[in-house]
Amino acid sequence: MAKQYKTLGDEIWKNRVEPMNAELFIFTYGSLVVQLVKDYEDYDQVNQQLDKMGYNIGVRLIEDFLARSGWGRCTDFRETMEVISKIGFKMFLNITPTVTSWASDNKSCSLVLDENPLNDFVELPLDAQQQLWYSNILCGVLRGALEMVQMQVEVKFVSCVLRGDDISEIRVQFVRHLQEEVPINDE
Amino acid sequence: MLPHMPVRIGTGTTQADPRTAPSRRRTSILDRSLNKTRNSEVGLGAFGFLFSEIIQYTQGRVEGIQDFEQKLSDLGFGVGVRMLELTMFREKSLRRETRVLNILYFIHNVVWKALFGKQADALEKSTDNDDEYMLCDNEPLVNQFISVPKEMAQFNCNAYIAGVIEGILHGCQCVARVTAHTIPIDHKPLRTVFLIKLGPEVVQKEEATK
Repeated sequence: MAKQYKTLGDEIWKNRVEPMNAELFIFTYGSLVVQLVKDYEDYDQVNQQLDKMGYNIGVRLIEDFLARSGWGRCTDFRETMEVISKIGFKMFLNITPTVTSWASDNKSCSLVLDENPLNDFVELPLDAQQQLWYSNILCGVLRGALEMVQMQVEVKFVSCVLRGDDISEIRVQFVRHLQEEVPINDE
Repeated sequence: MLPHMPVRIGTGTTQADPRTAPSRRRTSILDRSLNKTRNSEVGLGAFGFLFSEIIQYTQGRVEGIQDFEQKLSDLGFGVGVRMLELTMFREKSLRRETRVLNILYFIHNVVWKALFGKQADALEKSTDNDDEYMLCDNEPLVNQFISVPKEMAQFNCNAYIAGVIEGILHGCQCVARVTAHTIPIDHKPLRTVFLIKLGPEVVQKEEATK
């Protein structure tokens, strides 16, 4: 089952995505985080701001995702997560995080990022290692994108290699299906 | 004691829950190959979304177009410094370029190829001013996704890339001010000219070492 998503993800990456040099992307993201740290002078607020920016991206990115992948409605949350990992992440970041650690009620799981282009070339200063979730923008993207397909989720990083952890892990918790309604503006 | 001091426990997977295990790092950033990301790619969309978010964030914190472009340029500056180090390392040319023209050629060819996968479209010397050069890109990557409202027609988000160029020049000890200007030609509405104005000390040095 999972293989089918992977094949499709690879096919989309090859044929329907315009690639670009990853380094410009990596440095650009780094530049943004540095600017946020300067502007807010508080890592918690930087985390929040990254999440918010990710959310703004997510609500627009979902359309690009649906258009390029041609993917329809997922049958359940498990499928949703597979599609996000094998097709969504593949399409934009050219990585496929591992979906793992499912809760027994199938409503929460982890995405383990074996690779994360955002992290490349990054070394956090000691004080930031305690507080900053450097790639927190990804959480916002997932939250925003899923909200646009009527799924409310809570997404947060639980570990990150940049903080000295062994793995980078994003925990995704399904909250509820939303009614069709005008999206709330996050701004 | 540094929390990320390498502490090897066993060789492979550890039993401990990674969330509670003491912080340590498997490979230090210094042990990673600098060429790891040389040919790696991401989707152009990812950059497009990220960049537009950066533009919006920056726009909310500036007054006026000039300030806006300056902020974007500042963001690009650090990128330029890093790109210079990386490309120089990969070109295996550890000698610092000292001639302005060579540096500009280097940006026109090598750096542009690394960043955008193609050479820049033109490099010209200004006929009016001796200290000005122009680097042209007919189809710049960064403003593909940004539509500029009419009242901000002067604004060009390539100010970010101008900052990158400035960072590179700075790294070469060639102080200059770089600005981005939209100068469309037929079928190339986004064509951007990067105006490079060298600092007086650079011009002096060029004269002295002719």
